[in-house]
Amino acid sequence: MDLHELTIEQAKKGLEKKEFSSVDLVNAMLDRIDRLDGDIGAFITVDRDGAQNRAKEADIRISNGEASKLPLLGIPLALKDLLCTKGVKTTCASKILENFVPQYDATVVSMLKDAGAVIVGKTNLDEFAMGSSTENSGFHITKNPWNKEHVPGGSSGGSAAAVAARMCTAALGTDTGGSIRQPASHCGVVGIKPTYGRVSRYGLVSYASSLDQIGPITKDVTDSAILLNVICGHDPLDSTSANIETPDFTQAITKFKTDGLKGMKAGIPKEFLSLKGLDPDVEAAFNNSKKILQNLGVEMIEVSLPQTDYAVAAYYVIAPSEASSNLARFDGVRYGFRDRSADNIIDMYKKTKSKGFGAEVQRRIITGTYALSAGYYDAYYGRATRVRAMIRDDFDRAFESCDLIISPVAPTPAFKIGENVDDPLTMYLTDIFTLSTNMAGLPGISVPCSISSNGLPIGLQIMAKRFDEISLIKAGYGFEQSLGLKERFPNI
Amino acid sequence: MKITQKDVEYIAHLSRLEVDETLVDKFAEQISSILQYIDKLKDADVSGAALMAGAALENNVFRQDEVKASPGPDVTLSNAPERHEDFYMVPRVVG
Repeated sequence: MDLHELTIEQAKKGLEKKEFSSVDLVNAMLDRIDRLDGDIGAFITVDRDGAQNRAKEADIRISNGEASKLPLLGIPLALKDLLCTKGVKTTCASKILENFVPQYDATVVSMLKDAGAVIVGKTNLDEFAMGSSTENSGFHITKNPWNKEHVPGGSSGGSAAAVAARMCTAALGTDTGGSIRQPASHCGVVGIKPTYGRVSRYGLVSYASSLDQIGPITKDVTDSAILLNVICGHDPLDSTSANIETPDFTQAITKFKTDGLKGMKAGIPKEFLSLKGLDPDVEAAFNNSKKILQNLGVEMIEVSLPQTDYAVAAYYVIAPSEASSNLARFDGVRYGFRDRSADNIIDMYKKTKSKGFGAEVQRRIITGTYALSAGYYDAYYGRATRVRAMIRDDFDRAFESCDLIISPVAPTPAFKIGENVDDPLTMYLTDIFTLSTNMAGLPGISVPCSISSNGLPIGLQIMAKRFDEISLIKAGYGFEQSLGLKERFPNI
Repeated sequence: MKITQKDVEYIAHLSRLEVDETLVDKFAEQISSILQYIDKLKDADVSGAALMAGAALENNVFRQDEVKASPGPDVTLSNAPERHEDFYMVPRVVG
């Protein structure tokens, strides 16, 4: 098997048995990037020298017998370019941070490095994670490796495309309203948005702090469990990080092997199925997924999430409101781009932001500022946060009668590049299945479940109770094994 | 809620943005359609619902009030667009 095809689990075994070295593995990825990324555009920065040096160090540590202690020793990973990396440019796909070099690593980056990982590069995204297609990057668009006329989804489109094109063994993304799960679905890979608080956000450049969460994008469910084991845990540097025990997530796979999924109940929200605009292929794939889970012994029940109709509206008040506050820090004073033509400070702020931020970011800042302004605060932000509480309560009630909730990830497979660019509202509505879990703080996984009639991947979303990633992984793994999709990756 | 070009310019000013002339029209139209959609929140029955500002576990987070090492001015100021000694330089603020 070619080295770029290996999962983390397989690569780790090969490295331990000295079948190949970390330098071989990393060079295989760098060669793929050289060959394919000019066309796909998954990366913003490739840290060739850094990766090769880290791989050499990893090989020394492997020969010193350290591999068994370090779960990612010598494994090449990519990071969404929203995660701070010490000494390596972190742009957030924005002109305003084009030359920003962080002085520190995000907590997740330190954790990956401590586990021995080799970071090959930083991946493309919608600017500051604002978007669902990676077309809003300030630098270039990313293409879907399955069909380059289509988007890879977003905002973690670069990470999902890099994993699907096997230009890295696995990657990290971030998810504020679906930004891990939707691109994972569109690119035919696995993505997990963990429970809010499971993973430290320290060093993640904030978009909407009460919704943002970092998670893995991988070739299969096992690899996601392996990465979660490394990146989860309490961090005193993030006050919203949960101070609770981190289980061994790979135990979920052992659990499936011994117990299967018998006795589990999955809820299907009736409001999701009555939504208009569901693509027939997505609907068929979802119905087939239900059958597969039923064959594994999962009982299907109907549940109700009555606030579904208000979820997108509430989300698009809360997220831009938080963004308008978070992005105020990019004022040209402490870091990033500064416009030098202004002769007073207010003018400098205005010119810096207007030249540095792209249209979607400016649109969200204006919408958020409007929603938070005197006279409108109660009608917009106040109401939206109350609807948010009701969404959380809906899920809590639904989970009284089931262990999982399942749905499609997105209403359609990946759309064509340029199809929705001028219509932000239509783009926002595509987040309907994913954003409620962010509102409620729940974990969710996207697992590949089908290929559409025009050859594009479709994902199944499984959601679970707060801090119950074990059930997600168990069900996701069981589903993946039982489905046995033949065409797992694009033929490139 | 429909907003005008003038509204866009005013909110942009509050946000310390200067929207490009060619975009003001488009923004007014796009943000109006977003706000019209968001207006459906007015139909939601939120009576009795509490505010939910975040999804974190609801507990206070304390730490010891200890002095810790700082990275120092050179590291801290390494991304400063303009620096004078150990200070950030900005254009004139007063007058």
